[in-house]
Amino acid sequence: MTGQPSETINQTLGDARLQLAIYSATNRLMTHRAGAVRADLLPDYQELRTEANQLKKHTIEHLDHYLELFEKNVIAHGGKVVYCSDSQEVADFVLGLAKERGAHLIVKSKSMTTEEIHFNERLEKHGLEAVETDLGEYILQLAHQRPYHIVAPALHLTRYDVAEIFSKNLGVENEVVIEKQTKIARAALREKFLHADIGVTGANFLVADSGAVVVVENEGNARLTTSAPKIHITVAGIEKLIPRAQDLGVFLTLLGRSATGQPLTVYTSFLSGPRRNGEIDGPDEFYVVLLDNGRTKLLADPEKRQSLYCIRCGACLNHCPVYRKIGGHNYPWVYSGPIGAIITPQFHGVLKDPWLPFASSLCGACAEVCPVKIEIPKLLLKLRSEVTDAQRRQGVGGVERLAFGIWAWVMTHPRIYLMLARIGGIFLPLLPKVGPLGKWASQREVPKLAKTSFHQWWKAREVPK
Amino acid sequence: MVESARGAQVNSREVVLGNVRKALDRAAGLLPTTLTAPRLKIPILDRGRYTTLFGQNFEKLGGKSFFVREPREVAPILSELLQGKRAVASNAPFLAACGITGLPQVQSGFTDREALRAACVTADVGITSADYALAETGTLVMLSSPEEPRLISLLPPVHIAVFPQSRMLANLDELLAVLPNPAEQTSSMVLITGPSRTADIEQILVRGVHGPGEIYAVIV
Amino acid sequence: MGEEKGNVKWQMNQKCATIGFHANPGSKAVKTRVSLFVTCIVDQVFPQVGIAMTQVLERLGYPVDFPAAQTCCGQPAFNSGYPEEAGIVARHFLNTFRDSEYIVVPSGSCASMIVHHYTDIFANEQKTLEQARSIAPRVWEFSRFLIEVAGVEDVGASFDGVVTYHDSCHSLREMHIKEGPRRLLSKVQGLTLREMEPAEECCGFGGTFSVKFPEVSGGMARTKIESILKTEAGTVVSVDSSCLMQIQGAIDRARLPIRTMHLAEVLAGR
Repeated sequence: MTGQPSETINQTLGDARLQLAIYSATNRLMTHRAGAVRADLLPDYQELRTEANQLKKHTIEHLDHYLELFEKNVIAHGGKVVYCSDSQEVADFVLGLAKERGAHLIVKSKSMTTEEIHFNERLEKHGLEAVETDLGEYILQLAHQRPYHIVAPALHLTRYDVAEIFSKNLGVENEVVIEKQTKIARAALREKFLHADIGVTGANFLVADSGAVVVVENEGNARLTTSAPKIHITVAGIEKLIPRAQDLGVFLTLLGRSATGQPLTVYTSFLSGPRRNGEIDGPDEFYVVLLDNGRTKLLADPEKRQSLYCIRCGACLNHCPVYRKIGGHNYPWVYSGPIGAIITPQFHGVLKDPWLPFASSLCGACAEVCPVKIEIPKLLLKLRSEVTDAQRRQGVGGVERLAFGIWAWVMTHPRIYLMLARIGGIFLPLLPKVGPLGKWASQREVPKLAKTSFHQWWKAREVPK
Repeated sequence: MVESARGAQVNSREVVLGNVRKALDRAAGLLPTTLTAPRLKIPILDRGRYTTLFGQNFEKLGGKSFFVREPREVAPILSELLQGKRAVASNAPFLAACGITGLPQVQSGFTDREALRAACVTADVGITSADYALAETGTLVMLSSPEEPRLISLLPPVHIAVFPQSRMLANLDELLAVLPNPAEQTSSMVLITGPSRTADIEQILVRGVHGPGEIYAVIV
Repeated sequence: MGEEKGNVKWQMNQKCATIGFHANPGSKAVKTRVSLFVTCIVDQVFPQVGIAMTQVLERLGYPVDFPAAQTCCGQPAFNSGYPEEAGIVARHFLNTFRDSEYIVVPSGSCASMIVHHYTDIFANEQKTLEQARSIAPRVWEFSRFLIEVAGVEDVGASFDGVVTYHDSCHSLREMHIKEGPRRLLSKVQGLTLREMEPAEECCGFGGTFSVKFPEVSGGMARTKIESILKTEAGTVVSVDSSCLMQIQGAIDRARLPIRTMHLAEVLAGR
């Protein structure tokens, strides 16, 4: 296991305040979800999951068709669709448009896709100001941090951290009352909304039959981002497609409940094109950037392509006992938790962070709560074997492979097994190779081998009395 | 290689679609397999109960609802709510029919973007109608139109929606059955379920972060 | 040597069955032979679990045999990213238990490996795949065997004290074993079952995960123990010895007066 961030992981494990913050936040989100999918409130929860899975499967397997249908309908409503292969192209497009329109200030609502491509940094390099407007994201932008969680980006920060970040960056008094901190952010961001030239959002869904972008949120910042500036740009991964507006009945029912336990989030915006004839407000220009950025690599594997079904509810993070220990920043990419552990290796190649698919006890809690039924443990297992294969091709990891080879040989030779077993040897080939026994024993008492194995007990029992 | 100079001309349409088709092993123009009919579940409820149900759910979210029998009963309620406040009302005919636009605190009849925005920035209250309301979730459904701009329900710290009982639907699925393709009707459909809120700092719920922190529904 | 003995036993059981003999004079019908797969961890570290399981099954009138060539199901390699090596061991399992009618396993995790993952390993080997498919319905996790095959909930056990039940992940989520063990425990005389909150959270073992990420795994075990402590139960029961090993290891490190017991051990108690 090379490149494993054990030092920062241990820092997180040893930080009692942080552990408490992660635990209480994820506990609360879990409790809210459990309350919202209860059988008496949502009796057809399991059928909805199956339906969501089938709809995503269908869409992903016919993605080219739905992309073109979506594009056709966006154009029909007066919008434009821009396909981008990578982050550079997104930056080029936005910069080019900003230049043509003389735009300087961009307001943004929460979007994991733009986090993925370091959108803000790229634009800032060219003198544009891009401001995050979701409260959590705004705090993180001021603190130069990346999101800790897909849904609750600043869950690792306390009111005292926020007070420090605000007073340092906004020149306000040290304010530790959360309501007042929220008001400070509201006032600062209201100014930005009213002067912004461009609003950039992500998308929760792209609706093919309507050419519409669906954005869900609680604060109202996405509504402001899409209503106040004259230009609205959506940046979304190509996997966000769903076939029909009517399919939102399934997806919206699952998304809010899985994420925060809300039957519907406060605001659900269904946006199709720029303002129409006679409308007093709304954007004059409407663009949808459809981003590949490696997604077509995931698409090529018939089994692993289900990773693209993800609707970014964050439930797998909340329910993951590993995420709940190591938090969001120990994962190598913006997508953390179980979903991060399966998509990061597919985007970046399995050898970039080979430890990642192994950082799971395979408890399966993630798959149990996934609203679109992604088989996360199964994909982790597949990725583990891809890691060992890739390492073999690279000529590394040979010691562990050899150890398992010997182990398998022992396990298929019962006499050797029985002989070695008595000296504790059956686990010996494995232990020192997959990790130092000392480290394992640092956490627990090592069990002792029994004096008599079951094999021996049975053999003794069989001797006629 | 795309260069910044090409700017807004960037479009890797053929590349991306080509990669998608290659990954899926599909030829251009292939139609998908047929999809099963959308799953919409509309409960059979006594329509008379929708208003009560809506009220309960709306108030659970932190809103306050009023139910009146006649349009003329609306203005007194609004006068009460608007005491000492300045309001902007949309151009929805139903608001005029309820006598709201005639109230002294209420500005209405905007047709210019900048004027509307300036009024909304300083107003204490935004008054709109609602195209639909969903009983099961206490949701207001707003379709933007020349009569019903977006900012009135968004910029002022208080939002009041006044609408006839006939707009009440059971749930999201019924809305999607009534409006199978909302894009044909409007450039923007917004579902509002409770006051603007956040829990981004220590998971503590705070209302009114960017949108209105107080919402009222008056059902006629 | 061991294999021969196993075969003798097998033949004896067959013979007993055909002439109407059975181990338990109280039972009404001749019962089918069951084969124990005790798993490598029970064999080497917790043989008392296998012994208890044997006792319970024999008391219920089941002729029990123990195919002596058995070793491991292959899960350690499979979960570590070595499906080929796991396949070698899995094939050995398939051969060893080829003729068994009921294969009873004191582990939901090992049972799940055989039932669910062998078909993944052998997806491209038609003949072995058939073998894996044919063995899957014959593999029974111990508590499920008692409830669904033996049709018993009360095995006549007694136990003095308060226990809490840990849902081991693979039993719960892959094998859907949740109510069965609780029903069996509820019928044990003198036993009080007090649920921990949450009972369904992982103990942190995860096989080689606990070796590759010892600190994270240890942290998960400590969280589990906090939940256990809140119940004030003196005993933690589960249907997987590997989880119990993890929990016991952390309990001992914290020097707490709590013990872990496999369900079979509780049910064998009189």
